[in-house]
Amino acid sequence: MHTTAELIIVAIILLDLSLAVSGSLATCIRLAAAQGVIAAILPLLAGSGAPESRAVIFSSTVILLKGVIFPWLLTRARVKANARKDVEPFIGYPASIILCLGAFAAASWLGTRLPLPETTRVAWIVPASLATIFTGFLLITTRAKAITQVLGYLVIENGIYVFGLALFVEQPLMVELAILLDIFVAVFVMGITIFHISREFDHIDTDELSQLSDWHPQRDGEAK
Amino acid sequence: MKVVAQYLMVLALSPLLLGIINRVKAFFGGRKGIPIFQLYRDLFKLLHKTPVYSRTTTWLFRAGPIVGLGAVLCALAIVPFAGRQSFLAFDGDLILMVYLLGLARFATVLAALDTGSSFEDMGASREVQFAVFAEPAFFLALAALARGTGQLSLSAMFVSLTPAAWQSAAPVLALVTAALFIIFLAENSRVPVDDPNTHLELTMIHEVMVLDHSGPDLAFILYGAALKLWALGALISCAVLPRHSASWFVDSGGFMFMMFVLAAVVGVLESVIARLRFLKVPYLLFTAFSFSVLALMFQAAR
Amino acid sequence: MITLLMLVPLLSGLMAFLISDDGRRRGLLVAASALHLALTISIFVARPEIVPGDWFGLDALGLLFLGITSVLFFGASVYAVKYLSFEKYDPGEDSDEGFIFNNQPEAVFIGCLLLFLSAMTAVTVSRHLGMLWAAVEATTLLSAPLIYFHRHKRSLEATWKYLLICSVGIALALMGNLFLGAAGIKAGAGLDLESLLSKAAVLDPAWLKAAFLFLFVGYGTKMGLAPFHTWLPDAHSESPALVSALLSGALLNCAFLGILRAAQVCVGAGLAGFTGDIFILFGLLSLMTAALFILGQRDYKRMLAYSSIEHMGILSLGVGLGGGAVYGALLNAVAHSLTKAGLFFVSGVILAAYKTKQISEVKGLFRRLPKTGILWLAGFFLITGTPPSGIFLGKLMILTAALAGGHYAAAAAYLFFLAVVFAGLGRIFLEMTFGEAPQAGTAGKLPGESRQMLIPAACFFVCVIVLGLYMPGWLTDIIYGAQRLIGGVI
Repeated sequence: MHTTAELIIVAIILLDLSLAVSGSLATCIRLAAAQGVIAAILPLLAGSGAPESRAVIFSSTVILLKGVIFPWLLTRARVKANARKDVEPFIGYPASIILCLGAFAAASWLGTRLPLPETTRVAWIVPASLATIFTGFLLITTRAKAITQVLGYLVIENGIYVFGLALFVEQPLMVELAILLDIFVAVFVMGITIFHISREFDHIDTDELSQLSDWHPQRDGEAK
Repeated sequence: MKVVAQYLMVLALSPLLLGIINRVKAFFGGRKGIPIFQLYRDLFKLLHKTPVYSRTTTWLFRAGPIVGLGAVLCALAIVPFAGRQSFLAFDGDLILMVYLLGLARFATVLAALDTGSSFEDMGASREVQFAVFAEPAFFLALAALARGTGQLSLSAMFVSLTPAAWQSAAPVLALVTAALFIIFLAENSRVPVDDPNTHLELTMIHEVMVLDHSGPDLAFILYGAALKLWALGALISCAVLPRHSASWFVDSGGFMFMMFVLAAVVGVLESVIARLRFLKVPYLLFTAFSFSVLALMFQAAR
Repeated sequence: MITLLMLVPLLSGLMAFLISDDGRRRGLLVAASALHLALTISIFVARPEIVPGDWFGLDALGLLFLGITSVLFFGASVYAVKYLSFEKYDPGEDSDEGFIFNNQPEAVFIGCLLLFLSAMTAVTVSRHLGMLWAAVEATTLLSAPLIYFHRHKRSLEATWKYLLICSVGIALALMGNLFLGAAGIKAGAGLDLESLLSKAAVLDPAWLKAAFLFLFVGYGTKMGLAPFHTWLPDAHSESPALVSALLSGALLNCAFLGILRAAQVCVGAGLAGFTGDIFILFGLLSLMTAALFILGQRDYKRMLAYSSIEHMGILSLGVGLGGGAVYGALLNAVAHSLTKAGLFFVSGVILAAYKTKQISEVKGLFRRLPKTGILWLAGFFLITGTPPSGIFLGKLMILTAALAGGHYAAAAAYLFFLAVVFAGLGRIFLEMTFGEAPQAGTAGKLPGESRQMLIPAACFFVCVIVLGLYMPGWLTDIIYGAQRLIGGVI
């Protein structure tokens, strides 16, 4: 039990690293979905013996949402927006990996300062969740496409979900389901907005959504 | 006496690995392929030939293969066999092993540079570039193992590794094994880092460095490559299949079987994967590095 | 009663999607907001007791912000009637870049407006921090369509930035809530205010500090504190005037309420010094950012948005200084909401008349739209804190408390930034109000000044002036109650 949970945490962190460096939009969507599904298996390992039916229903709902519905929504948005396939990050491969590993190290240090209550037995949950949140931020800031930014948001929520599991080991239901519902509505609204963006701009490069700013280049002949 | 017997067995059996790899590749290619013992015949033939030396080379060129083989022979003395002590084991020998392998590479590179041909220079620079990324990964992987088992000697580390360790420390061991495997591929110039069969100018890395050697020198180099394959492979086999019984025969049998399986896996990999672009090879090594770092961090926090 | 407060806008919002007649829909909007205001006033008079363990309840702090929201929304709905009828008949044209655009269907707009009011009410009446979080998330999702009312590139860009940045911020606030839960696990406290405040002394301080940081950053993003404010100028300048008024005047306050609830718990646990320092630091940072970007601003709606950031900074600074400054901050909250809403309403009239948001294109307001010009200039004086503005009183109280508490450096920086903001705003407002009216060629397109659109602004300004001169007893009571609550009392 203990080892399986540890293996899952390692898998989550490895998925973080691969998300940080992957350059294909379809792969990113699949990786984020895989991460959500793997994290959903964690509550089934809590407690000893066979998992109770409540936990099974809960895990299956999460797997359905994160493994099927979210990727479907995002792929639909991607297809409708005719997104180009590549989402190469601005910073290179080595820099992304080092940033992620550094975040994991920092998160581990933070994890030692925030002691978890004794009910949780996997010590790596706090660092893994913080590292996943950091990866989500990395995705949002170093990629240009609107869809990857939504993916970054989903990855942040994955991290928060893992952390929530660490705390509410016995009662994950209310808290996590409410959160999931919120995420679902948020992703839905974002998907609609992406569709509008693609229609309005003919692309979904948020890098080029920079008309509104306060930095104006000097123009000649302006009376100021 | 057993340790000497182990060492001699390793010396005798390592050329087999290359034969197995070639045979597996041939099988995938629908051919019958080279006989498994071909490398022995090649070594025998080469030892009886007269070497040809270019007039532009110096003693470095002649010393390169000899130093290389000597270093690898010493490194092999440190590597454990079937989870048992090697005959040159002491605390901190893992650092010595890594540096002996580095010394072998250094000698080869110097010999290549000594020829004065830009061809060999290119290969040498590529080889060293990959080594820059591979060595930290190697060190950190070994450090993670050392931290995990609490020992500083390679043999002692693998002696204390048991199947139970896989159950309690599976993530760390899995990461270390993955990192070691990638480094194994990189150090031995296998696909996806380097294709051992190519002889095109732009694509050679390791072959080009040894292009000018002939006769016994070439025999030493080929034999040294086989020994290096065994040395790094032994680490992986010991990690994957730790000692699980008290009998030397059973463990050795399992260990050698594991080595042959490893060779077969390399053969399969070579047939199935294409070689990476040069720019992407450092990324692969970086992945190995990240595996090692993660393994070390996980181990350090236990 | 409290559930009614949330249900009325919720149901009318859903009904608005179904009604097809514009006039009836706008009437529904005004009626619903009037009913909401009436309910608020009756709750205020009756003061129902807070049942411990209940998810909804109104204490003085919640009541204060609820009152502001309700009054603002009522004014906005009155404004909306005329505004929407203008928008219907006047094709959308942007003379800055010369393109024509469509508007969102009015049903969606009004429906989302009412649902938005319901969500904001839920924020103010929540006694459970998880419920508060869900309500703030709901306000983000419901206000995004409101920003995208004028369908063109810039508003879409603003909507996307708003949606993404605020969602990420609220995700961080969720993390903060989980940390808060972790802090209370050993003590057996849940996430509702009662249990948190009663067990505040035994909460784990490390978790509590981390929770406060995450909640501050998360809700602070929504509130518009620097350096998380990047979405604010875009969203508040591209949305229609009444939406900007509601966002600036009501939504920022609701986000601040989220931070204040966390501060309540922390102060109760004895971490007042820690939270105070964070409040002061980010308050001054916001003031500095606003001052920097108001100088040389070219768009008058963005200027108003930066002024909102400045006032959010003042609120944060006031709460951080503690003591009398908290009273000043809360008074400032009330006065700022009213004044900023009025200013945004007036800016909507200016935009409809001149069709441009560039300050350089708008001249001679006094000549061309005299009533608007007077209100615009009056708004300037009120927002910068010229007596007898209520904002002046609030700022003065904060300054006095800072000097009395020995925070001389903070007081000096505060005064400096306020002066810079005054200078920046003054240049812009005076430039716009005085000067020659533009050529007669464009005068023919004017829809003229609509009294209905200007009356809410005028009323708000009068209220602010009254606040500066005389504080009614009931308001003082509520603010005192809120001040005590922030000090960690249940």
